Amino acid sequence: MARPSYDVIVVGAGLHGLSCALNLAREGLKVVALDKDHPGRHASGVNAGGVRRLGRHEAELPLSVAALEIWHRIEQEVGDSCGFVACDQIKVAENLSEAEALQARVQRLRQLGYDHEQWIDEDELKRRVPAVAGHCVGALLCAGDGSANPFRTVMAFRRAALSAGVEIRENCPVQALRAAGSGWRVDTPDGPVDGGAVVNCAGAWGNNIARALGEPVPVTAAALMLMITERLAPFLSPVLGAAGRTLSFKQFDNGTLLIGGGHRGTAQPECNRSRVRFAGLRISAQTVGALFPQLADVRVVRSWAGLEGMMPDHIPVIGPSGRAEGVYHAFGFCGHGFQLAPITGRIMADLLVRGQSSLPIEAFRIQRFAGIADTAAVDTPEQRISA
Amino acid sequence: MVSGSNFHRLPEPEHKGLTMTFDGRTIEARGGDSVAAALIAAGVTETRTTPVSGAARGPYCMMGVCFECLMEIDGVQNVQGCMVQVREGMSVRSMAGARTVSDAGNTHGG
Amino acid sequence: MADPVPLLIMGAGPAGLAAAQEAVAAGVGALLLDEQPTGGGQIYRALGEASGERQKTLGADYAAGAPLLGVLSDQGLDHQPGATVWEVTPEGSVYYTREGQARAVSAEQLILCSGALERPMPFPGWTLPGVMTCGAAQILLKGAGVFPARGAVLAGSGPLLLLLAKQLIGAGARLVAVVDTTPADNYRAALMHLPKALRTPGYLLKGLSMIRTLSASGVPWYRGASGLEAIGDDAVAALRFKVRGRQHEVVCGNLFLHQGVVPNVQLSRSLGLEHRWDELQRCWRPSLDDWGASDLERVAVAGDGAGIMGARAAEAHGRLAALGALKRLGVLSENERDRRAAGPRGVYRREILPRPFLDRLYQPHPDYLHPADDTIVCRCEEVTAGQIRKYVELGCLGPNQAKAFGRSGMGPCQGRVCGLSVSEIIAQARGVPLEEVGYYRIRPPIKPVTLGELATLEQPEDA
Repeated sequence: MARPSYDVIVVGAGLHGLSCALNLAREGLKVVALDKDHPGRHASGVNAGGVRRLGRHEAELPLSVAALEIWHRIEQEVGDSCGFVACDQIKVAENLSEAEALQARVQRLRQLGYDHEQWIDEDELKRRVPAVAGHCVGALLCAGDGSANPFRTVMAFRRAALSAGVEIRENCPVQALRAAGSGWRVDTPDGPVDGGAVVNCAGAWGNNIARALGEPVPVTAAALMLMITERLAPFLSPVLGAAGRTLSFKQFDNGTLLIGGGHRGTAQPECNRSRVRFAGLRISAQTVGALFPQLADVRVVRSWAGLEGMMPDHIPVIGPSGRAEGVYHAFGFCGHGFQLAPITGRIMADLLVRGQSSLPIEAFRIQRFAGIADTAAVDTPEQRISA
Repeated sequence: MVSGSNFHRLPEPEHKGLTMTFDGRTIEARGGDSVAAALIAAGVTETRTTPVSGAARGPYCMMGVCFECLMEIDGVQNVQGCMVQVREGMSVRSMAGARTVSDAGNTHGG
Repeated sequence: MADPVPLLIMGAGPAGLAAAQEAVAAGVGALLLDEQPTGGGQIYRALGEASGERQKTLGADYAAGAPLLGVLSDQGLDHQPGATVWEVTPEGSVYYTREGQARAVSAEQLILCSGALERPMPFPGWTLPGVMTCGAAQILLKGAGVFPARGAVLAGSGPLLLLLAKQLIGAGARLVAVVDTTPADNYRAALMHLPKALRTPGYLLKGLSMIRTLSASGVPWYRGASGLEAIGDDAVAALRFKVRGRQHEVVCGNLFLHQGVVPNVQLSRSLGLEHRWDELQRCWRPSLDDWGASDLERVAVAGDGAGIMGARAAEAHGRLAALGALKRLGVLSENERDRRAAGPRGVYRREILPRPFLDRLYQPHPDYLHPADDTIVCRCEEVTAGQIRKYVELGCLGPNQAKAFGRSGMGPCQGRVCGLSVSEIIAQARGVPLEEVGYYRIRPPIKPVTLGELATLEQPEDA
């Protein structure tokens, strides 16, 4: 019996993998997406859901701006609102020095041709966020940014991908990858899978494929932590961050507060586990307390951590392999990949179908790590990949 | 809703009498009572309305498991009344829906 | 961080108190954390302060806990009441809040003695004010000497129902009715376990005494009841039910429910211990060896939290768990441990003999495992049984996935009340064994902790 062959094998069916698979399928390609667990199991499902252009690394700006346009019509894109609310994002300055730094950023972005970030003064900040602590002197506002529901978003992309003809295989780890004929063959517990091209969206495990191709990448798995509180009456509309502190703070429609901020728990990617560390959550609680002292009696009811792929220069790997024809990478989004997911798929479709990206992705090329030692192997016996 | 109480106390003269208030009404309690127990003894059945639908609820398990007995005790919201012992002069209020948050400059919630 | 304490016991019920006694007897400094203001757990709640009147009303089994309380005043034991534990790590760090201050402490050996909680008994109207558990009625008696003198209906199944009826009648209450939901089939099915139960006749004799008291009281006692519905606007006013096809309605001011108790597994699950489904007790139990030791080398579980066993067996089990921990600490040799364990081992074996009979007799009625669609099962978030069934239609496979469809299990009680119901409903809707469906993934904090407490946490692990 002939084994079906695919045009593209996407490794990793998290949000970026699903976005790539969806866009490639919509270009008429036959796509299979393989995931060692299930969509949303790791970073995709357990992040803060921030949809922001605010505060982006300069290299990510064009991608983020383009992605936000898709978010504003996400229901057309994937058939579900994904819980997206354009409630604005705000980054608070607590003193004059921070205010100056934020205002300088606004200038810099204007020079680059971007005006989505605006400085708002103390009065305007307190009009928008009456609950914020008195010492805050102003903020950056990104109107049109907002937040969405991560799990709902993953499910929507998954449904849309299936509708577009993508085959998704869960509990299907990639065990080996090798060139076969003019394409590639991956080995899985269910047998080999052949494809013309491979897209590596394996997140914190992205180096498994990269190193197998001879282009290792120092991606590490971090367990970024989140906390959620009891329900509160509505008091906070925008998503809030702070210039001098790690914080992502938002209130859901149901009144609960989500407190994130990039503090790390204990990551055990080799066994899919992560645990919170209360020493880090203590810092998050102190941060909230500094900005909203009246929340001291509010109760945290749950905390968790998800495995994210982190890069040392804080931006992902996106682009063609430097070593292998027909292999492409999109992983290592460092805890801020959620908003970019819709555009990752567009970029991948451009690369595979038209040979080049219409958005600038030079900064994300994998070759920037050439010569760096292979420090971040995240493999288990079943997942040791050999090219 | 408060009616004449169905509850009686065992004849135990040695317990100290205390008073507290519930939504402004004076409640007689005894030393060792939890807030929830004192309210039930006084004939109170409803102590909050839910944040989800506004449905009336009252204490259910009395042992800190169910979180039905959430009340405002001396200004602190969403405290389990079954886990706090009555003190003389305690001011207790029912919770109406989700707890409230004050604007900046006021360090007590709501 | 300060030096770890050798032994940390969580829970001052019979298992925890007995474990503390063994530690003190072996000269080992133990820390006993308990969330109540005084020791005794639920079964011996407030016993230390109980007046003669209270002890008489509650009966000899309550008073019998007194010798255990003695250890609380022993210099060798650090008893910290009012301590709410909210995180335990596999490395032995325990986080708790006491007097508004959040603290961390580490221990070489831990014994979880979290006890039991009431099995959920969802049916239409069960969330009305004035509806409480039979356990709550006992806590009112034990903690405040308060009882429903009139207007009370007791409904459900299990020894606690009969015990409470006896206690209330003895206190002078005029009960409106006892509505027993024990299915008729259970009596026949339980018979096969009766010979074993008769080897520890005490339980059954007590049961007969409760039955006698209730029969002689003149309180209407309906048996084989089903189709329960609590009626009322802002509080319960009546209970409707069916017996042998006939509809009944009794007016009531308070309704006390019971469908047995199940192990409180929040801490053991949070630690990631393996749990198995016990089909007879219809609950989850941590997997333990003969010494209550889990698959984590530092952690043991003792008492009802290991599996429903009753106060006397819990006490013996607590001793065994402590002796096992003391041997692991190197304080007792294997021989010395076994010597001290011989007595408790015998008591434990004897006291659990009636369990299979009681477990089978009082297996919950299917009405409460698979409630009607419009019944709220997650009280905190007001999610109904019908909504859970809808999630299954949409592809939901288990209780953790259910959290992505709706908010069941995400309220303040952290799944303590709805967990078993949600798993049962999903298993039935999917047509698979409950063990396959699993249970909520429990994440810390196990009890809510305020942002202010977290911000001032003392002595965190490696900062």
